[in-house]
Amino acid sequence: MKEQLEAIKIKVVKSLSNVADLKALEEVRINILGKKGELTSILKGMKDVEPKDRPMIGALVNEVRADIEAAIETAKNSLVSKAREQQLKEEVIDVTMPSNKKVLGHRHPMHIVLEDLKNIFIGMGYQIAKGPEVEEDYYNFKALNIPEDHPARDEQDTFYIDKNFVLRTSTSPTQVHVMEHEKPPIRVIAPGRVYRSDEVDATHSPMFHQVEGLVIDEHITMADLKGALAEFVKELYGEDAKVRFRPHYFPFTEPSAEVDVSCFKCGGTGCNICKGSGWIEILGCGMVHPKVLEMSGIDSTKYSGFAFGMGLERITMLRYGIEDLRLFYENDIRFLKQF
Amino acid sequence: MNVSMNWLKEYVTIDCDVQTFADKMTMSGSNVDRIEKKGEAITDVVVGKVLEIIKHPDADKLVVTQVDVGEKTIQIVTGAQNMKVGDLVPVALPGANLAEGLKIKEGKLRGIASNGMMCSVEELGLDPEHFPDAPEHGIYVIKGDYPLGSDAKPIFGLGDAIVEFEITSNRPDCFSLLGIAREAAATINTDFHYPKIQYNEVAGDMNQHASVEVIATDLCPRFVAKILVDVDIKPSPKWMQDRLRSVGIRPINNLVDITNFVMVEMGQPMHAYDLEELTHGKIIVRRANDKEKMMTLDGEERELDNTMLVIAGEEEVIGVAGVMGGEGSKVKDHTGMILLEAANFDPASIRKTSKKIGLRTDASTKFEKHLDPNTALIAMERACQLAEMIGAGRVMAGIIDVNKSERKPNKVAYNVGNINRLLGTDISEKEMVGYFKRLEFVVDEDQKEILAPTFRADIECEADLAEEVARLYGYDRLPTTLATGTPTVGKKSFTQRMEDLTRQIMEDCSLNEAMTYSFESPKVYEKLNLGPDSHLRLAVKIDNPLGEDFSIMRTTTVNGMLQALSNNYAKRNEKVGLYEIGTIYEPKAIPLKELPKESQKLTIGMYGDCDFFKLKGILETLFEAFNCLNHAKWDPNIEVSYLHPGRKAKVIMKNKEIGYIGEVHPDVLDAYDIHEKAYIAVIDMKDLIDEASLDHKYTPVPRYPAVNRDVAMLVKEEILVGAIEEVIRARSGKMLEKLELFDVYKGKQIEAGYKSVAYALSFRAADRTLQEKEISKTMEKILKGLENELGATLRK
Repeated sequence: MKEQLEAIKIKVVKSLSNVADLKALEEVRINILGKKGELTSILKGMKDVEPKDRPMIGALVNEVRADIEAAIETAKNSLVSKAREQQLKEEVIDVTMPSNKKVLGHRHPMHIVLEDLKNIFIGMGYQIAKGPEVEEDYYNFKALNIPEDHPARDEQDTFYIDKNFVLRTSTSPTQVHVMEHEKPPIRVIAPGRVYRSDEVDATHSPMFHQVEGLVIDEHITMADLKGALAEFVKELYGEDAKVRFRPHYFPFTEPSAEVDVSCFKCGGTGCNICKGSGWIEILGCGMVHPKVLEMSGIDSTKYSGFAFGMGLERITMLRYGIEDLRLFYENDIRFLKQF
Repeated sequence: MNVSMNWLKEYVTIDCDVQTFADKMTMSGSNVDRIEKKGEAITDVVVGKVLEIIKHPDADKLVVTQVDVGEKTIQIVTGAQNMKVGDLVPVALPGANLAEGLKIKEGKLRGIASNGMMCSVEELGLDPEHFPDAPEHGIYVIKGDYPLGSDAKPIFGLGDAIVEFEITSNRPDCFSLLGIAREAAATINTDFHYPKIQYNEVAGDMNQHASVEVIATDLCPRFVAKILVDVDIKPSPKWMQDRLRSVGIRPINNLVDITNFVMVEMGQPMHAYDLEELTHGKIIVRRANDKEKMMTLDGEERELDNTMLVIAGEEEVIGVAGVMGGEGSKVKDHTGMILLEAANFDPASIRKTSKKIGLRTDASTKFEKHLDPNTALIAMERACQLAEMIGAGRVMAGIIDVNKSERKPNKVAYNVGNINRLLGTDISEKEMVGYFKRLEFVVDEDQKEILAPTFRADIECEADLAEEVARLYGYDRLPTTLATGTPTVGKKSFTQRMEDLTRQIMEDCSLNEAMTYSFESPKVYEKLNLGPDSHLRLAVKIDNPLGEDFSIMRTTTVNGMLQALSNNYAKRNEKVGLYEIGTIYEPKAIPLKELPKESQKLTIGMYGDCDFFKLKGILETLFEAFNCLNHAKWDPNIEVSYLHPGRKAKVIMKNKEIGYIGEVHPDVLDAYDIHEKAYIAVIDMKDLIDEASLDHKYTPVPRYPAVNRDVAMLVKEEILVGAIEEVIRARSGKMLEKLELFDVYKGKQIEAGYKSVAYALSFRAADRTLQEKEISKTMEKILKGLENELGATLRK
């Protein structure tokens, strides 16, 4: 019996070395350890063993069984890891093949820039207001200190609907609406479309966009105006951007100023973008004219404020180096997809 | 306003270089657009004297000259014939640079050495029109005495710098050289030398020879006239010609030059009339008669109307006031007595007239700017002085000064504290008063008031004074502070946030943002197939549009979107998807009695690789983001003329129609030259946002299993799956978690006119595992409902 057990053990080791896959391994296991397996058959012969030898043989049987089981387990592990290895080998991919990336749409460049402007001013405590584009003559002119025969009426090349209504020539009328409806402190920006009778060319459009700003509170000074816009310019064009305020004229602000930033192309030495001056004009501003405050129902002895306005097309063109404004309204996706 | 630095320096001392000067002027409010350095590139041109001219031995058309250029005499071969021995000429020495990059070198012409070049005005980069004495295609012969070998450039005004100022409309006084000089003196804090005006008069009384009657008093606030006698028309002296040339005005003759000189210097346009052409010496300032005709100085016949102001004689019009004089009364070479006019006209009237007859002149641009009527008299006296000075004529005693509306100086109080408070500064009263005085304001320090000169009518209130202080103090010196005061919260409104979210979702759905014009042509009504009674035809019309294409404010965003698609199609762009959040303008009635309603529309347009359901999917994605997808319904019962009749739907949100979606009608596609199926959707942003919510309620994730059931039925073809879903939802109550259409089938095995529709339903309860009994009961209710309401039969 002892010899039989030894023989089975040798046989198992031998057959395991030939096993190619898990199925074959299972067959080996069943042949040896299964109900009708060889080892099981030998065990059936235990009844013929001398009782005194039984413990010894029993221990031997268990030892052989354990050895066989361990050998099968080892063979199994090796087969599994070989198979996994094989699987991984077969699953190699060419990672440079194209993906199925989602195609994203693109925002209009002017709205990208507008969003930046909004965020800068929101960070400074401003809210966002909106005014009508078809506007009463009063709000477009008189309420902004532009009386009937004022030359500014002609300069702005107004589109008239009739004698009472116009297409607003700037976003400034929104200042008046805000002042009429809200009490100080007021801090708003008001982006929107405006209209002037300019033929379409590379730098003109009868319809374009402005962003207006208005701050009204007690003790607002021109120094505050400089501070707010200097901060804005830094946010928009970076810490190194220099800003220059120079006197200008607008009927609805006094004192008034135009704001230049140091040319971001040449840094101020002079180039074709800044026409050699080193400066690029980006906005107009000033202290709200006391007449405008009073007409809008704000006590000009108690409150003061500043206003500013800028052209969104211009700022966007400067940001991206776009030379022709018409591209903004042609909606060619080859243009839109660049942003 | 172009200013010659040489001329300007007659009135004000400027020591710094022109760039520094320009920077200072810009920072004090006279913005410099451009500096032109005249003849900057031209070098080594000197005064030379022709000593000898002999024929070239080998060339008929050339001569060999000897020219004394100071330290030496050089030989020059030239083809020019107009100079004589003894003439002074501009000579370009070897190494000289001339206009248009021409460089002069020593060389030979037909074998004879030529060591320089005599120059024409063109070769010096000058306009021959500005040099009436320059020969055509010849050497310019210099008149006067100049040292030989000296730099010839100043003789031609080269080396001068022309500074172009941008003048704002509140400062008409700066449309004159003296105005700029005054600003310059105030800016650099130096003396301003106003010309001293004095002249002699000859006996007589001009009122005996001429009279002026202003009928249109409202349009002519002042008319000043004087008479010159013994008028001798000839070229004006070189210094006056130089001045005019420097600012781009062509010298004509002494009299015209005087009026132009005064116009540039004082900003007051003037006019000269041949007195002999005026019947009875009579001038009438009146409105023109309708269809009245006249010939202006430029030889054009003009038809006038009764809104235009004219200068007339007793019989006929002799000038369009403030715009251009007439051919008939123009000063001729033999004129003996002339009448000079210095008048003030209503700016708006001049502006309109000039626009109407399509004639903008130096005079009309000046008159458009609210000139000070007080300047008219000063300008007249200056002209008389110049006439005497250059021997153009003698001034007859007496003056006509009609409808004399003199401007009074504005009196404005100042409060140093207020001004400092507005500027955020701490400027002393002494300093402020100093600035006021630099600007020629009369300061009353006891009353704290100033009197502004009449040419500064823009000074009306304290804020104006604050600006004067600020600009002379220096805007760059004002402190930079961040506003204190009551803090405000910066944020976007809910609507603004939802608009942002809309853009984000649209872009996530592969759409690119478009921007289209707010105005369009009424022709789009036809392109969009609109019926004659369509409410979209009621649009705000622009009274003075830039052509028909920009003549109405849009009542729909669809044309803009289709046009954008069409532009892309024409450029052969494939797979185009665009969106726009744009405004439409809906008037209640025309003519407008109140502002039109302006509402925001989300418009989507696409062609290429898309269909109705892709677009519908984009809207549903948006609705999901807006948390209102459950309330959306799609109803094909809608009339939209530009949509495919079988592929369109109105979009309903909680029983409110918020927009529509559909395939573009093939006729409309043709009209827009899009030869591919295209889809559009229009959604009202406000209506949508009204139903949106960013609030989310938490419910525990389900702990009990779902039970799934499939149901397949046979219904009539025309039954909408939306109707089936409504019935299923209504009948299944809260238990229904999900329903999914997984099959619609027509054809074999299905009776004609019917379709088979199959759904996978999923039921779940939050508090228990659903029992078979409950499910069966619900399924029964659903099937009964489908049968009763839609005539469906269950397929087994």
